[in-house]
Amino acid sequence: MAGGEARSPIGQADQSTRTVVIAALTLVGACADKTGSPRLIAGADPSRGVSIMEEVGCGACHEIPGVDWPRGTVGAPLKGFAARPLIAGRFPNQPDTLVTWLKDAPSLSPATGMPAMPISDAQARDVAAYLYTLDDH
Amino acid sequence: MTIDRAPEGFAGWPPPILDPAGPFAGPVNILSWILFAMSAVVLVVVLVALAVALFGPRRWRVRLGGERLVWIGGLAFPVVVLSALLIYGLGLTSHLTDEPRPGETRIRVTGEMWWWRVAYLDEQGREVLQDANEIHIPAGQPVVFELESADVIHSFWVPRLGGKKDMIPGRRNILRLQADAPGVFGGQCAEYCGGPHALMGLVVVAHTADEFDAWKRRRLAPSPAAGLPSRGAEVFEASGCGACHTVRGASANGLAGPDLSHVGSRRTLGGGILPTNQGTLAGWIADSQAIKPGNRMPAYPVLSGEDLRAVAAYLESLK
Repeated sequence: MAGGEARSPIGQADQSTRTVVIAALTLVGACADKTGSPRLIAGADPSRGVSIMEEVGCGACHEIPGVDWPRGTVGAPLKGFAARPLIAGRFPNQPDTLVTWLKDAPSLSPATGMPAMPISDAQARDVAAYLYTLDDH
Repeated sequence: MTIDRAPEGFAGWPPPILDPAGPFAGPVNILSWILFAMSAVVLVVVLVALAVALFGPRRWRVRLGGERLVWIGGLAFPVVVLSALLIYGLGLTSHLTDEPRPGETRIRVTGEMWWWRVAYLDEQGREVLQDANEIHIPAGQPVVFELESADVIHSFWVPRLGGKKDMIPGRRNILRLQADAPGVFGGQCAEYCGGPHALMGLVVVAHTADEFDAWKRRRLAPSPAAGLPSRGAEVFEASGCGACHTVRGASANGLAGPDLSHVGSRRTLGGGILPTNQGTLAGWIADSQAIKPGNRMPAYPVLSGEDLRAVAAYLESLK
């Protein structure tokens, strides 16, 4: 009996903690829902994207998961890029904006250090598709 | 302009071996296969002898331990075979190191930590043209490479065109290479020379004789973009890049680093390691240390994004 009385407050505490945790998880879930499902780009191939990045030398400025070398420091590291809300801290991270940014960043941001890159529209879409697979934190 | 030329720029990485593209690489290839085959035979013989010594019947083991077999198999056989290989190998390559003959194309390549200084010479050995990290040659004829070093020992190796040759400080070593047909061939420093040795690559481009002459004529003149006023040219000059680099047709005349007179037309950047485009140029200028750690060019964290792009665009325009 005494043991049961002693346990019961702890059980209540457990329950309220659980409630808080569930509520918190629901909120977190709601936040995650904002980004929706992974952004897919029609007709683009992430695996082509990563080989394009290697051929064109994106690693000269960026550290990119999947590109072993080089790991440049001039631009932002691209780990977790898919979950990042802004491109270069300025533009919404949406497919069309990203494709334009990859091909011709100065057209969006004249003060950027990232030059226009020698890639076609289709190649930029492949690269964007790869970047949207980088959702690990 | 898209990137479909990039793989050609790297010419395959690492440079393919045992795939000769000229008459001086052929014998090296044959010699390599002979060595592999002989090593395999010797390995099999040794393993069989070991198995016999461990598990064989007593009669065989006695014979294996006999003094006669040790003299023949252990001394006479290696001496004869290795001497024959040495004589054969030296004979294969001796004519590649003769002094330049009149009419031959002469190119001096100097190993530097960690890039290649390239100079095209006339028949008297005088310098006609300076370049770096990319060598243009006429196909279908032997080209004499005069190999020197500015600091430590390097080794010049273009596997598809010939063997390796060390570059030794204070010496001038000669090596002939020949490409049978026009093409692009990767090369690599083959003697550990410190820090980023593994990132010391080069590209050899073979042209038809006519194209080679045309290329050389174009290169003798400064790049048309060198003297044009531009923001990139201003930043290049104001930042003091000319203290280490030369751009013919502009004020930059430094000799410590690679000649940049036609850097925009080179297939690779940083010594055969990255494709040349504005992006890689910008990355290299702002922080080459992250790309090729230890190289002699410091990082430039003082340029704004716009200035960085302007310099990269200027260098890319130097074709």
